[in-house]
Amino acid sequence: MISAVEQGLIFAVLALGVFLTYRILDLPDLTVDGSFTTGGGTAAILLVNGCDPFLATLAGFAAGALAGLITGILHTVLKIDGLLASILTMIGLYSINLHIMAGPMVSVNLRNGKPVDTLFSGFRLAGDLFSWKMVLILAVAALAIKLILDWFLATNFGLAVQATGDNPTMALADGISTRLTKNVTLMASNGLAGLSGALYCQFNGAADSQMGVGMILVGLASVIVGNAILGTRWMFLATLGVIVGSVLYRLVIFWAMDLHLASAGDMKLISAILVVIALVISKNAWLRKVFQRLSPWRNKADVPEPLLDPALVAVPADDLDDAESDGSQERGAAALPKQAPANAGKEN
Amino acid sequence: MLTLTDVSKTFFANTVNERKALRHIDLTLADGDFVTIIGSNGAGKSTLLNVIAGSLPCDQGSIVIDDQDVTRLQDYRRASFISRVFQDPSAGTSPHLTIEQNMAIALTRGAHRGLGQGVTRARRAHFREELETLGLGLEDRLRTRVGMLSGGQRQALSLLMASFTKPRILLLDEHTAALDPQRAERVTELTRRVVADNGLTALMVTHNMSQALDLGNRLLMMHEGEIMFELDSETKEHTTVEDLMARFSSVKGQISDRSLLN
Ligand SMILES: Nc1ncnc2c1ncn2[C@@H]1O[C@H](COP(=O)(O)OP(=O)(O)OP(=O)(O)O)[C@@H](O)[C@H]1O
Ligand SMILES: [Mg+2]
Repeated sequence: MISAVEQGLIFAVLALGVFLTYRILDLPDLTVDGSFTTGGGTAAILLVNGCDPFLATLAGFAAGALAGLITGILHTVLKIDGLLASILTMIGLYSINLHIMAGPMVSVNLRNGKPVDTLFSGFRLAGDLFSWKMVLILAVAALAIKLILDWFLATNFGLAVQATGDNPTMALADGISTRLTKNVTLMASNGLAGLSGALYCQFNGAADSQMGVGMILVGLASVIVGNAILGTRWMFLATLGVIVGSVLYRLVIFWAMDLHLASAGDMKLISAILVVIALVISKNAWLRKVFQRLSPWRNKADVPEPLLDPALVAVPADDLDDAESDGSQERGAAALPKQAPANAGKEN
Repeated sequence: MLTLTDVSKTFFANTVNERKALRHIDLTLADGDFVTIIGSNGAGKSTLLNVIAGSLPCDQGSIVIDDQDVTRLQDYRRASFISRVFQDPSAGTSPHLTIEQNMAIALTRGAHRGLGQGVTRARRAHFREELETLGLGLEDRLRTRVGMLSGGQRQALSLLMASFTKPRILLLDEHTAALDPQRAERVTELTRRVVADNGLTALMVTHNMSQALDLGNRLLMMHEGEIMFELDSETKEHTTVEDLMARFSSVKGQISDRSLLN
């Protein structure tokens, strides 16, 4: 079980990246399937060549960010639909990853009979790899990344990023280069996926070309489950929820396997089913109400305050309800003015 | 300060669906001009505003703001001169962000956005002061998400966000059309006030004739992509809604006669 928590914390880094694209940018970015491996493969190949583990891990981030930039350029410069652009990068990365690793797999346990120096090799040798001490260290690392994200999203640039996903018409009218914000966010998101891959290959002892397959679902499940539990009222809770979701997700899989309900080969199926369940809960009004009852303290602050001006106020209570639940669901879907006047004028 | 010279815009050029939305528009706004624009559906009013704001490129002609040719400047870069309020109350604000976060975005319109905190204590005090002028109590709801506000509140906030940074040009496209009469009236009054208080240069599209006569110092009527006539502030004073309607119909009559003859 400790190892499940540890894996959850490592995948939480990837899930935070998915949060950036899926929730903040409102763009389901499948690049992460590829960039997770790119990050892992890059780190692995550097490690076996004797690179400093910290540098190798950072290189994993950089390689992932580069992958994100490719999707960004396909989408913002070549104007390819975001989802399709990310699929193209993901597929292309598969070949690139094989080149980076010079084969389908790189082991970072032993090289020529000597142990390879990695971030975790000390713990491994001391027999501490699966310990609460390791859990604590990983938790602190995940929280640190989460706090950096919280800070970033509250900066002037971060607010511009949020507006880009929330209301692109407004973003452009307020002088935000949505091309810049999208590219930076895609880079950050895939950088985190690469970082997560780099950590995972060191934890796992190897990088292989298949390690990223289905990672987008792992990320989405963590984001959706986590946000359903902790809500999205405050950024602090939204990103914390992502970490919690990621750990829970691993635990569910661990228990399913422990009870012999599933085998290792069923993992992807479980991921897919979990995402479906989470999406159904978050889309179904009735189930959502039940869920909200179960966590009574979420979204409290959104209870409408007494409305002051009778002339300009007066949204029917339903509307307020809707506005509130939109907030905790997929961003923007209902509230976004997709057909706003400024866009209506755009030529094809 | 804003000069349009020979600006034209055609949609679907050289196809059966060709629409000449703007035909050789010449328009000059002096500092502090507040121009209201009327015209029937499809006259090209929104297209004119979109072309000025840069969300649509024009096919021909030039647009100059304060001696700077902005014809080729992208929309988000023109935002340092221009701010807008849209017809759709949800178009001008970011629903998942709070009131103060939305105002922070407006405050940095057209400026470099770095890694400084978006909402600081000093900014919050400033926002509160600005919101107080609306008299809607929004100053006590700085951390409410904008998606929670009513259409009228949002439109008032959009108007404030578009004006408190004192842009060179304010573009309003039927920004009261989606509101009920009472709220529309409030937002109209607010418009008069923010434009006057901030000494803004503004273009306002409206279908409401009395609003068009009531606000601003110039009135334009557009039809089929052309500016048919203009009333200066003196003539405007003495024009009634009936006069305007009569003139409106006669212009349209002339046009259809002309097209019949051709
Ligand atoms: N994006 C577009 N693509 C194609 N044609 C367009 C587009 N935008 C406007 N048009 C056409 O250009 C003409 C002018 O439209 P515009 O929206 O400027 O009119 P308007 O004066 O704002 O009308 P309304 O009072 O209905 O808002 C119309 O014939 C319209 O069909
Ligand atoms: Mg229009």
